[in-house]
Amino acid sequence: MTHAAVVSAMRPPFPAERGVDVYNKKLGMWVFLASEIMFFTALIGSYVILRFGAPAEWALPGKVLNIPVTAFNTFLLICSSVSMVKAYAAISHGDQKGLRMWFGLTILGGAAFVGVQVYEYTHLIRHGFLPSGFRDGSELAELAAANPIVYGQTIAGLYGSTFFTMTGFHGFHVTCGVISMLYLYITRVLPGKYTKDDHAGVEVVGLYWHFVDLVWIILFTIVYLI
Amino acid sequence: MTTAAAPHAMPHAGHGPTSFWRKYIFSTDHKIIGIQFLFVSLFFLLVGGILAMQIRWQLGFPGRPMPGGGILPETMAPGGVILPEYYIQLVTMHGTFMVFFAIMPLLVGVYANFLIPLKIGAHDMAFPRINMASFWAAFLAGMIMLAGFFVPDGPSRAGWTMYAPLSASAEYSGVSTGQILWCLSIVVLGLSSILGSLNYITTIINNRAPGMTWFRMPLSVWALFITAILGLLALPVLSGAGIMLLFDQTIGTHFFDPAAGGQALLWQHLFWFFGHPEVYILILPAMGMVSDIISNGSRKPIFGYHSMVFAIVAIAFLGWIVWGHHMFVSGMNPTLGSTFMVSTLAIAVPSAIKTFNWMGTMWRGNLRFHVPMMNAVGFVSMFVIGGLSGIYMAATPLDMFIHDTYFIVAHIHYVLFGGSLFALFGAFTYWYPKMFGRMMSERWGKIHFWLTFLFYNATFFPMHILGMGGAMRRIYDPTQYDFLKPYQPLNQFISISAFLLFATQIIFIVNFVGSLFRGKKAPANPWDDNGLEWTLPNPAPHGNWEKPPTVYRGPYEFSSPEVAEDYLPQTRKLPTDREPVLAPAAGD
Amino acid sequence: MHWWLPLQASTFAKPIDGLFVAILIITGIAFVVVEAGLIWFIFRYRQRPGRKAYYTHGNNRAEVIWTTIPAVTVVVLGLFSNHYWVQIKGRNSVPPNAYPIGIHAKQFEWRITYPGADGKLGTADDFTVRNQLHVPVGRPIEVHLSSEDVIHSFFVPQLRVRQDVVPGMDIKAWFQATVTGDFELGCSQLCGMGHYKMRARVTVHTQADFDAWMKATQEGAGS
Repeated sequence: MTHAAVVSAMRPPFPAERGVDVYNKKLGMWVFLASEIMFFTALIGSYVILRFGAPAEWALPGKVLNIPVTAFNTFLLICSSVSMVKAYAAISHGDQKGLRMWFGLTILGGAAFVGVQVYEYTHLIRHGFLPSGFRDGSELAELAAANPIVYGQTIAGLYGSTFFTMTGFHGFHVTCGVISMLYLYITRVLPGKYTKDDHAGVEVVGLYWHFVDLVWIILFTIVYLI
Repeated sequence: MTTAAAPHAMPHAGHGPTSFWRKYIFSTDHKIIGIQFLFVSLFFLLVGGILAMQIRWQLGFPGRPMPGGGILPETMAPGGVILPEYYIQLVTMHGTFMVFFAIMPLLVGVYANFLIPLKIGAHDMAFPRINMASFWAAFLAGMIMLAGFFVPDGPSRAGWTMYAPLSASAEYSGVSTGQILWCLSIVVLGLSSILGSLNYITTIINNRAPGMTWFRMPLSVWALFITAILGLLALPVLSGAGIMLLFDQTIGTHFFDPAAGGQALLWQHLFWFFGHPEVYILILPAMGMVSDIISNGSRKPIFGYHSMVFAIVAIAFLGWIVWGHHMFVSGMNPTLGSTFMVSTLAIAVPSAIKTFNWMGTMWRGNLRFHVPMMNAVGFVSMFVIGGLSGIYMAATPLDMFIHDTYFIVAHIHYVLFGGSLFALFGAFTYWYPKMFGRMMSERWGKIHFWLTFLFYNATFFPMHILGMGGAMRRIYDPTQYDFLKPYQPLNQFISISAFLLFATQIIFIVNFVGSLFRGKKAPANPWDDNGLEWTLPNPAPHGNWEKPPTVYRGPYEFSSPEVAEDYLPQTRKLPTDREPVLAPAAGD
Repeated sequence: MHWWLPLQASTFAKPIDGLFVAILIITGIAFVVVEAGLIWFIFRYRQRPGRKAYYTHGNNRAEVIWTTIPAVTVVVLGLFSNHYWVQIKGRNSVPPNAYPIGIHAKQFEWRITYPGADGKLGTADDFTVRNQLHVPVGRPIEVHLSSEDVIHSFFVPQLRVRQDVVPGMDIKAWFQATVTGDFELGCSQLCGMGHYKMRARVTVHTQADFDAWMKATQEGAGS
């Protein structure tokens, strides 16, 4: 079989006895997200086990982490989820202009989220909060020495380990999302390749984006607020 | 095309003329990817085997210079005498390579890739480029793991189960770079497995040919489908655990460090939560392929097809709730031990169903003993031993005695070698003609089977006796213990059997490689089988079918009274068959 | 060389070995049935020209039978196992009069702390010896297991007792020796390079000998 014949044979939708009425890319994304759930379950589950099995109490909420800044960041991410819905709604009506605007806003929202997180990390590290705990001689270490209970001094190492690992991997996922959306924006959205009938890419990347958003809401609650 | 998972997809689809590179190296053809997995995994199987031979040398002849050991560096075996630290590395890497880079990719990487589209009548995988990425990620992971041997201090020294805190700190294990490489490799491998699994699952759900209903799928496809689900959900847990372990070593986190409030047992829970589904990843595809081969070799429909499917599903489901049986003596709450014992014993039931149904398939058959059939029956007979010896471990009080002894080493090898590897030797021979267009030698295949069967049992059966005597695992020099000294002749017997077993595999290598060039040209359907793959020419072209095949029946219609021959292909339309009604396709 | 389980030197040996034999019988029957069946089928139904296999897709009654038998067997087995498990490892299984001994494992030795004359750990007359576990016969011994560094495992085959020693956890295990003699304690969890030589002598004394040993050692340690 020639290559051209192969390509033509593979192009048209392959008639099959379908298990579910969902196209491949979307189904593939659902399946992928199932594995992502297990990944975050491993991280969050370890956090829960470590926190409840820890020999001392965790630092009080808001003592080490800056809740207002992160609350703003959470709001930003939720907004970008909303704009993603708007982008999808726009292209399902064939509205190229709307797609460009809302999809662009989604990317901006995601990028801003990552930016704020980077700011948060540098800030925390400067004050002495590291994955290994409070840095000796740092501002936080001194505060913790004065108020060991409030700052959960004895288990600051666990606090740092779980905080940086969970939020770091979430941030990594957001970054991947931003990069792939940017790629789609340049190669598909701007040239107007998505149409009213064919906009699978928007829907599929949207699924991923909503998932990342959902994970963040869980993380924000259990890491920052509780 | 694969924008869905853009971070992992390759940026360009090849539309140019097919070069050698695109055709054989960066191919998106599921069959080529399967064959790539085959060669790479066979290489790692050989690596794992060579490591095993060194282990056996040390156990049989502790402290004596190993023949050919002189080529090893001073840090491993000065003068050919294996050092304790190198011995632990051998044990660790033997397990790691065999489980993660040989058996798992041989079953899943090779046969899920090769068989799924062929057996369900699809042109290719749902996401061919993700599929290619999956292979190259696995290859990269293997190379990272192998690199461990070439860094200072060598590869990890914490056993393939990587129990923390030994694995988490170079202070305890004496290895830093090698341990980091282990973690990195496992994370990359996890990514590869997830990409593969999502492909297999999507393909099976959505890309079946007209008429290929769920219950007309071959059991091999069922098994691979369930395996893919297990892999999809289990591997991310290992990745997560591997990342935590990596961070403990590199950026100073304290997940597994008890001194800072971390928990040593957390690693074991995570590892075995992944690890027990992994065990079924390593056996279910073998069971599926053996079902296909036994039905073919018996010239009879599989006995109890539906219960075979449900047994696979039941085993996979139970696989999620038994991880604690690896931890009965770990200090875990003993009440949990009781719970895990119950769920573990429950697995005996679906396993028994499968075994008896294979026997039921052979009963009143017309048995053709081609090489695949011999290996498949070998699988059943050996899997029985491996399965039954599992019951000893499941009984908690008894496990307290035989845990971490050679009894468990015997058990795992009866399941993974006697089980998975025999099934694989059958599968290699069975689908070889479809892969390469030639037959493997029947005579050498039979000689290989009988010698392997003999030496394999001589190697692993006596390990039960060692274990009953209390011989611990991973002991560099068993003669250190007075109570183990009398077992030294048995250890030597095992070692010599193992060397012969290894030597026997040369027959397989020669047969496999030789048949590539000199094997008999294979007809399209050499085994008179019903599966869709046998309707294609050898080797099957890229894209498989010009027009999708139509399926009229299940895959096991052997000796049907409706036709004169003793097989009835799934695509053959009898006057009584009706055309399948197509469900409306969602736009692709 | 020994082809069977080791000497029975503790009260756990009888139930554990009994369970072993019971499972050996059950699995032995299953093994013989399957292997004999396979061999019989291989000869009886081997291919002969002109014959066609019997066309059947299964038999529900047969399948129900070979589902039920293993199911019932494992339930019974589970009940028996759990009965002994609770006696051996259950939360409240340690007899109240058990004699406490502290065992601290580190790479690659066992530090064994005896309670001294007052029979209590954590008091001034405790004393510690390396790699020597001495216990009186016929008396329940409660070992308090702790680890300095990595996971080790306390294992004495003749006593049929095994318990992982996990850093950060204080684990208690118990046993009661039934015969006097010398045995070996081995580490059975990979704990590093010296794992293979992390062994200790186990000596089971009569109570009188034990007291004498204790007195002598304590004086030696104290001086």
